[in-house]
Amino acid sequence: MTGASGCAIRTGDLRKTYKSSRGDVAAVRGIDLGVGSGEFFGLLGPNGAGKSTTIGMLTTLVLPTGGRAWVAGLDVVADPVGVKRRIGVVTQNNTLDMQLTVAENLEFRSRFFGLSLREASRRAAQLLDVFGLSDRRKAMSTDLSGGQAKRLLIARALVHRPDVLFLDEPTAGLDPQTRVNLWDILRVLHAAGQTILLTTHYMEEAEALCDRIAVMDHGEVLASGTVNELKDGAGAETVITVRYEDAIPADMTARAGLAGRPGVRKVEADGDYVRVFTREPEGVLGELVTAGSAAGLTVRDATQLKPSLETVFLTLTGRDYRE
Amino acid sequence: MIAEAPVPRPTLPRTFGAMMAREFRVLRRNAVSTFTRAVMQPLLFVFVFAYVFPKIGGGFMLGGTSAAGAAAAGSITFATILVPGLMASMLLMQGIMAVTFPLVMEFSWQRTIEDRALAPVPIQVLAIQKIVAGAIQAFLGACIVFPIVLLVHAPGQGPHVHVTNWALFIFILAAASLLTSSLGLLLGTVMDPRKMQMLFAVILLPATMLGCVYYPWAALNHIRWLQMVILINPMVYMSEGLRAVLTPVLPHMPMWAVLLALVGGTAVFGYLGTRTFTRRVLN
Repeated sequence: MTGASGCAIRTGDLRKTYKSSRGDVAAVRGIDLGVGSGEFFGLLGPNGAGKSTTIGMLTTLVLPTGGRAWVAGLDVVADPVGVKRRIGVVTQNNTLDMQLTVAENLEFRSRFFGLSLREASRRAAQLLDVFGLSDRRKAMSTDLSGGQAKRLLIARALVHRPDVLFLDEPTAGLDPQTRVNLWDILRVLHAAGQTILLTTHYMEEAEALCDRIAVMDHGEVLASGTVNELKDGAGAETVITVRYEDAIPADMTARAGLAGRPGVRKVEADGDYVRVFTREPEGVLGELVTAGSAAGLTVRDATQLKPSLETVFLTLTGRDYRE
Repeated sequence: MIAEAPVPRPTLPRTFGAMMAREFRVLRRNAVSTFTRAVMQPLLFVFVFAYVFPKIGGGFMLGGTSAAGAAAAGSITFATILVPGLMASMLLMQGIMAVTFPLVMEFSWQRTIEDRALAPVPIQVLAIQKIVAGAIQAFLGACIVFPIVLLVHAPGQGPHVHVTNWALFIFILAAASLLTSSLGLLLGTVMDPRKMQMLFAVILLPATMLGCVYYPWAALNHIRWLQMVILINPMVYMSEGLRAVLTPVLPHMPMWAVLLALVGGTAVFGYLGTRTFTRRVLN
């Protein structure tokens, strides 16, 4: 594989295995990603899927143990300094400089990136204005609310006009209103042509913001594409799950003839539940209830999920999505 | 939002300079607390040992008796012994306070270290920057403490300080500052944040008490094994080096041993500290 011209981010069989005394832990098991310039790309997966490790490798702070990765056309291992010049990173934690004021956080970051004193203070003022933090400019960064701190982190990541902006779980732990405000900011950035890679474990966040999404679990990319592609491909079905009070008899689903219904792709029966993946959900729920009562079972609960990233995840992994 | 901004032109010296500027901004903001911390220990020490004790008549005859080799043995006050010793002990304290404590904070919990680690320089430069900034803070602390240990004493109990070679004095001070901040970096990268209290018990206290702060190394010839054992303590060379340039009336180690230890120690701690620092930042 060669370098990646035209690609903002590209990885080839990228791997990270942490060695520890209790055995090796494979956090990322060979992923191939391609993110185009100007694209808003999402890495979606539950906690522990390997998203943060992936972002760590792309931002040069985690050393890969296999494969390669390029950001803005530069190899992250061979030229970390070059990569750092071209990226902005919003870390998951609050990594603001606690000893500095809000404005100083931006000014010094600007100067780290070679801006003169005057340019730095002008750039800081400009970003504080855009991010609605001007009235907090003299506050210590420790005195900011969660939402304000996140906005400052994003502003700080943009001081040097990065080619690629990385955001690791930007809305985790924020209240719903703040989260929507943050989405608006990210949409504006995207509209202005900023390439963005975001990790999230919120399905609706990836769905609301991203052009393309890679679904990750256990260090692997399970599927990637636009939201619609993903729904059409892996998870176009509605997923109906019915849980009964007692264990189901082995032949119940066969007797009900569920698998033969039009549109049904798969019927899962295990323990006390039956799960049907179907393109034509009408009547399925009723039939599951009827089949249950024929077998002497009462329904404990029932869910019907319309095609969404959640059903995509369910289809790809066979497991409920754990946030 | 992105456009209409100056194009960044980072270079290594510019970024390094900006990082140092950040340190000075913080130092200026915390100047009172930082230097109060630096001054209190030496100030109280000279007050008790060079003022209170001679006044109440007890007093240490340590200088006079055990530094028997010195020609002017009888006239040596304890203050004379204390001046270089207390400056050295202040340097160690400052080096560790300025580098180790902030570093342990930056590595724990929120990992704020990632902020600086994303600056466009190699990670090693970050480590070197921390050593240099810590050394400057220690050096400034020494400049503030010097007049205090010189001037606080009971009448007739003043130290006999006689600097013959100012360039060498400044060099020793600078080398000792770099040594303590390099040691500070190494400790900051290997310390478990939950065991920070151990730092005082296991490092600071023994290094100071067994670091020729309160007695010249030569005076330990009565306890030969101790005299040999404490040679592994970098503090010994800092105290003795300053003793050689500040109070040459007292017996002191040969200059070559002092310089070798200060420069060699800085190189070794600096190398190890930078290595462990880089390993902890990049995982």
